[in-house]
Amino acid sequence: MLKSKLTKMKIVKIIVLVLLVAFVGIQFVPTERNQSDVVPKTDFMLVNDVPKEIENKLQVSCYDCHSNNTAYPWYNKIQPVAWFMEDHIKKGKEELNFNEWADYSDRRKKSKLKSIISQIKDDEMPLSSYTLIHKDASFSEDDKKKVITWLTQLKDN
Amino acid sequence: MKNLKMSIAAMLLLAVSFTNAQEKEKMNMDHGKMNMDKMKDAKAEVVLNDYFMMKDALVGDDTKKAAQAGTKLMASLKAFDMTKYSKEDQKELIDIIEDATEHAEHISKSPMEHQREHFKTLSKDITDMVAITGTSSKLYEQFCPMYDKGSAWLSTSNDVRNPYLGKKMPSCGKVQREINN
Repeated sequence: MLKSKLTKMKIVKIIVLVLLVAFVGIQFVPTERNQSDVVPKTDFMLVNDVPKEIENKLQVSCYDCHSNNTAYPWYNKIQPVAWFMEDHIKKGKEELNFNEWADYSDRRKKSKLKSIISQIKDDEMPLSSYTLIHKDASFSEDDKKKVITWLTQLKDN
Repeated sequence: MKNLKMSIAAMLLLAVSFTNAQEKEKMNMDHGKMNMDKMKDAKAEVVLNDYFMMKDALVGDDTKKAAQAGTKLMASLKAFDMTKYSKEDQKELIDIIEDATEHAEHISKSPMEHQREHFKTLSKDITDMVAITGTSSKLYEQFCPMYDKGSAWLSTSNDVRNPYLGKKMPSCGKVQREINN
């Protein structure tokens, strides 16, 4: 009886040790950091006349995943969080990169604006997994109304 | 009473199949005529076919089939050959195809409502493409005022079957333009 309890303890110890080693090990796997000091000339804010309030909201809520520069929180240095974020940012930039706005054709700008509006309207963006931690990124009803009205104007011009 | 209903249904069915057959005949004739006077862009026709497959899937509220059509459309857009067009048309076509590919991709992996949103912009892209490439069949641009402040799509038939509202309101809309290339 006592013996089997001891072996059980041993197994638990081994498992914890393995997990710990794995956790430390994955910290050495490099991830690509999405960081840049340069705001390219093609950036959305530079080629459009964006009101300060709208600019702030879009910067805070969208630019972490939809531009070349992410404001990383400290815990992003820890794996596996970093992987999770890297993947999100990669996909986000593929869909829409505000830094490359002027490089999109007029047709695509319209398409993108339409999608941005519909995503914000339906609460699909920003992702809930993101706003869970970044409280300031979420859109209040008032934010939504202001941002959508302005973006709709831009789209229809 | 039951008999009466049955016979009305039978008559309707007959009428529908008759008009369908007539339309097909007309289309075939058009086809022959067009082929004789000018060879149209075969690659553009494949794009159109995939688009119509998608439209029909959305008419039938069939998400899976619409997604499959999206994947097919991505491939046919990629295979599109624009070398024979003028520089100006090429520039336009590059933009159209880039945009359309993105919509097709979204449709290939989204739920129905999202598919329909993208289908709206895709329809604009395809309409603009046809304006450049032309097509051997006669097309109808149809319009539904009820979906998203009014939305258009293309069809090979002048009979309205709505891809935006699907089974909820299959016949909402009207033909707003005939495209004869």
